[in-house]
Amino acid sequence: MSARRPYVRSMDGWWRRDPFFVGYMAREATAVLVVAYAVVLLIGLIRLSQGQAAYEGWLYALRSPLAIGFHIVLLAVFMYHTWSWFRIMPKTMPLILPDGRRLSPALITGAGLTAAAIVCASLVVAAMKVAA
Amino acid sequence: MAEPARTIEIEVLRYRPEQESEPVLQSYAVPFTDDMSVLQGLQYIKDYLDGTLSFRWSCRMAICGSCGMMIEGVPKLSCQTFLREFYPGKVRVEALSHFPIERDLVIDASDFIGKLESITPYIVPKEPRTLDQGEYLQTPAQLEQFLQFSGCINCMLCYAACPQYGLDSKFTGPGILALLHRYNADSRDGARDKRMDLVHTEEGVWSCTAVGYCSEVCPKGVDPANAVNQNKTASAMDFFLRFVAPKGSAK
Amino acid sequence: MKRSNAPVFWSLFGAGGMLSALTGPALVFITGIAVPMAFLVSPDLMSYAHVHAFAQHWFGKACLFAFVSLFMWHGVHRIFHSLHDIGLHTGAVAKLCCYGGALAGTLLAGYALLSIGF
Repeated sequence: MSARRPYVRSMDGWWRRDPFFVGYMAREATAVLVVAYAVVLLIGLIRLSQGQAAYEGWLYALRSPLAIGFHIVLLAVFMYHTWSWFRIMPKTMPLILPDGRRLSPALITGAGLTAAAIVCASLVVAAMKVAA
Repeated sequence: MAEPARTIEIEVLRYRPEQESEPVLQSYAVPFTDDMSVLQGLQYIKDYLDGTLSFRWSCRMAICGSCGMMIEGVPKLSCQTFLREFYPGKVRVEALSHFPIERDLVIDASDFIGKLESITPYIVPKEPRTLDQGEYLQTPAQLEQFLQFSGCINCMLCYAACPQYGLDSKFTGPGILALLHRYNADSRDGARDKRMDLVHTEEGVWSCTAVGYCSEVCPKGVDPANAVNQNKTASAMDFFLRFVAPKGSAK
Repeated sequence: MKRSNAPVFWSLFGAGGMLSALTGPALVFITGIAVPMAFLVSPDLMSYAHVHAFAQHWFGKACLFAFVSLFMWHGVHRIFHSLHDIGLHTGAVAKLCCYGGALAGTLLAGYALLSIGF
């Protein structure tokens, strides 16, 4: 009869045990608010299809302090999403080129963040240019 | 004239199945010098304070992969971690996470070993080859494709780091998938299709959620996170294009 | 060995993640802060006339559909996997709720856009 009795440790609260894991969970948690924003847009789309009065009701709701406050939080979360997305992106690509040279992960992240900055700035500038 | 020895507290998670039902922390006061590793601290305990302490070690120079353990909650090689880093605080040493504890700091690695054998971890020639054809020739560029991933010392720190493996040990895991990639990326090898069969499964790459901690803790710079996640892209491309492209044409 | 169908959901997750990473902050700022507060932009940017015309155009439809649908597919994929991470034993029900939700959102968006006409 073997004297072995291997002990299996619990995984409860595993992500609270290390700052790295907390950062990972924060990254994953952005998903909840991404869906929330998509739902806001979806409601707007549905209201749009229901006519002017319905749509303007949705627009009006967006002007409430609660809605604006919520979108400020959303903005911070989306910015964290953008940041964390391009930080992890290099991992999903082969970093060794066929000729043996290496791609720098920092360069890929930088390029992604730059692209995001350009796209976002372009959208805001375009929005600013639309006349009343 | 020797300087008075400083003492550091090493707190070890003990587990003796014949003696206790659950692991328990035990503290030791260990005299140390700046050049002492945590491994040397454990060896001091075993030699002078408590001969019952069990732990694995061999080379003392971060190449055999035997001495992996949790040091202050972080997977590390004890031969490569120094006591001076923690002084005057204490050093909590526990068995590697996500593996069953056999005794004290010794874990049951049989799951890892079994999986290691399951990925065809050797070069399968692309076509039959005779001795008089001579050796394979590889350019530096071809070597570069897999060299990094061949640096794995099977220390299992990445498994201790990987929460997905901890939550479900059916996951093949970072180190073994990195080794799988090492063979796929080797120009001499012809068994990529066979290994991709495992990659495409839920236990292959699809249990990974890109936490990335595995690559953070790897003492050899293997970057298993990259090996696994670039194979997600490869697996997805194969999933969608498999009926379009003839087998073996996509690389 | 059983091949996983994860690539389908992972690809949608990736597309949505990339789109939201590139455009999300600007969209949230414009639709949720700038327009409601008439800050930097004209409050009429999102007037019924403007948005309705945008939604009638094929390009506008494609944009609106992409934003709503892909953001949802991205989010639910992560939510589903996070349920597993926090220890909730995720089975077919959770998968149905998450991905089913994204599918429902996608269908609703498509229906709304089509009913707006051309």
